[in-house]
Amino acid sequence: MNDHPANPALPRRAAGASPAAAAADAVLATAQALREQIGGEFHDRLAETIYGEAGRLADRAVTRPGAARRFDLDRAVDRIVTSRTWGFPLMIAIFALVFWVTIVGANVPSAMIASLLIDTLHPMLHRGADAVGLPWWLSGFLLDGVYLATAWVISVMLPPMAIFFPFFTLLEDLGYLPRMAFNLDNLFQKSGAHGKQALTMMMGYGCNAAGVVATRIIDSPRERLIAIITNNFSLCNGRWPTQILIASLFVGGVASPAVASVVSAGAVVGVALLGVLFTFGVSWALSRTVLKGEVSTFSLELPPYRPPRILQTLYTSLIDRTLYVLWRAVVWAAPAGAVIWLVANVHVGGLSIAERAIGALDPLGWVIGLNGVILVAYIIAIPANEIVIPTVLMLTALSVRSVAGMGAGPGVMFEADGAQVLAMLRAGGWTLLTGINLMLFSLLHNPCSTTIHTIYRETGSARWTAVATFLPLSLAFVVCAATAAAWRWLGLG
Amino acid sequence: MTAALSPTPPAEACASCAIYHAANLRKLGVDVEGADFVVALAGNPNVGKSTVFNALTGLRQHTGNWPGKTVTRAEGGFAYGDRRYKIVDLPGTYSLLATSVDEQVARDFILFGRPDVTVVVVDASTLERNLNLVLQVFEITDRVVVCLNLMDEARRRGIEVDVRRLARDLGVPVVPTAARYGRGIQDLLAAVHEVATGATVCRPRRIEREPPELKAAIAAVTEQVRALHPDLPNARWVALRLLDGDERIAEALRRGDLADLARPTAAAAATHEIPLREEPNRP
Repeated sequence: MNDHPANPALPRRAAGASPAAAAADAVLATAQALREQIGGEFHDRLAETIYGEAGRLADRAVTRPGAARRFDLDRAVDRIVTSRTWGFPLMIAIFALVFWVTIVGANVPSAMIASLLIDTLHPMLHRGADAVGLPWWLSGFLLDGVYLATAWVISVMLPPMAIFFPFFTLLEDLGYLPRMAFNLDNLFQKSGAHGKQALTMMMGYGCNAAGVVATRIIDSPRERLIAIITNNFSLCNGRWPTQILIASLFVGGVASPAVASVVSAGAVVGVALLGVLFTFGVSWALSRTVLKGEVSTFSLELPPYRPPRILQTLYTSLIDRTLYVLWRAVVWAAPAGAVIWLVANVHVGGLSIAERAIGALDPLGWVIGLNGVILVAYIIAIPANEIVIPTVLMLTALSVRSVAGMGAGPGVMFEADGAQVLAMLRAGGWTLLTGINLMLFSLLHNPCSTTIHTIYRETGSARWTAVATFLPLSLAFVVCAATAAAWRWLGLG
Repeated sequence: MTAALSPTPPAEACASCAIYHAANLRKLGVDVEGADFVVALAGNPNVGKSTVFNALTGLRQHTGNWPGKTVTRAEGGFAYGDRRYKIVDLPGTYSLLATSVDEQVARDFILFGRPDVTVVVVDASTLERNLNLVLQVFEITDRVVVCLNLMDEARRRGIEVDVRRLARDLGVPVVPTAARYGRGIQDLLAAVHEVATGATVCRPRRIEREPPELKAAIAAVTEQVRALHPDLPNARWVALRLLDGDERIAEALRRGDLADLARPTAAAAATHEIPLREEPNRP
């Protein structure tokens, strides 16, 4: 307010300002003068006046004949789900149950889709291509690259999404998410962030780009930046399938078959909770270093529980989330499949580009408990996290193609049967440590390109976009390297 | 579909009957071309704006039971009677006085977008807090319909609202609805249609109980704003914002953007770009 020439007697900023602008400045000067005269309370007193008026009007119109007598079920439920004792255990239990149902339920349809698209349709397409006389490089590019990558994405991702998302949407519709936010609010305040960040974090569990846009509900720019930078630690749609698949292959694999699915679900919940811890930790660190400032207070409203409409929920979760994510994955999987096929089939000095890249990144991969294949896959999958796992599998198939019965040629993906996938990954040198570190890396690494773009649009700052990109990435390297070092020091692998 | 059902134009008596119109809602989804009127949907967070929006447009804008679900505007269309409407779902806000980005999106649209009708969706079970926003919207625009939503929930909690008294006190149409179940949507449409076409003239209640020194200051600044832009419909609101030190409004006044608000009709502006940054960048 003070930095503009409010007083019309002072010389105008721009020479030759129009009479209209001069008149506008005069109005502003009057407002400024009156504002100072009234003092700083104009806002509060005006708000008070409006509140008083609203209260009077409401009183006249509202009667509550039955309000006092009723037993308030909402309150009773809230007392349990937001209690200090039961709030967190309940939250963990609910999510563990959801993941368990997802992991157990996704197996069968995954195998069915894979056998249809990959075992049956893919050879048929190849025969068709041979019949019409397509050159080998074209049919390889289209069928072994583009088609197989797409088929892989659908068979690996569609079933878990079709189970997980409706559950999540039901919880949202019911009104459970704000209760979770309520439970977490206190911790956010303690880590110097805005309590509303609990809500934007919840949005991030669907999609980080959406979570970043949702931070608009946070008034203070400082706290909004913290929320944007840490949103990445909410596992998004694109990463849930990775977590679920790796957890069931590696973590569930070491447990006895009877409890394997429970252990896998526990591992996914564990990684999600770790993400929450990282959110707090990084928020805390940011609010004490580069983003210092006061914590703003706010009141979080707990909406009434509303009976979810099951059919509508199924419909919206199928359209809004499942098909949307699947479509995004397919759109990116096709070109990525093409790229994979190309790097696997274009040879430079006797070795394919893929083999060279994997070889070059293997030492770095070893240090952080991963391998060159995973790092190359992450580079190819920068546009969409959804296709990391299919890419990993394609590249692994390429690097272990000497193993008998595995793969149909360079850069060709193969059957989506769990046991075979595991056997192949083992042949590619994967251990339990690789699985765990892949889960950690997937949790922590940089946001996808869509989210990065959204961060840039929302902050309007290349600097903060860079921070939001490279801070998680370096964290991922550090955490994975530390885990690998500790693992090896303990002699576990 | 409508054409198949009524191959000849309806008799005049039919066209003036609410039931005829009720059967005549055509959900146009995202088709907002050539809209005759623009309707804004405002309201506190989590009162069911997006649900009302979906009921009117046939779109399936994602709804969720928590405040802050919508932070950008969503647009859709419907046709009612012989008019086409464009409807804009705004982010939920508790007031128009604050400064977070989602609240600015809502406020700027009601102000600069100049909708023909602003539907304020309110939660019938927490009326007092919701009416704050209604009164603030009254400062910006006359053409308001209050959609008293979540009537089912209010009833469940043993709360009754005297709709006629509320409508009389507010001076604008008040329509009770339970949008989740599609109840009251037809009445809402009829009310919106009447306000849009001018069949109903709103006389919204103004806040008149400010402390005297506030009142004097507001009057003085309003007077000056009015002298500057005689046709501005919401000079008093601009004055309030200036007294509150709102830099965005001060800037709009300096740039002359406010003069545009005095153009005669909003319907004409509907197809034009709205002179504001749709997604303000912060920080």
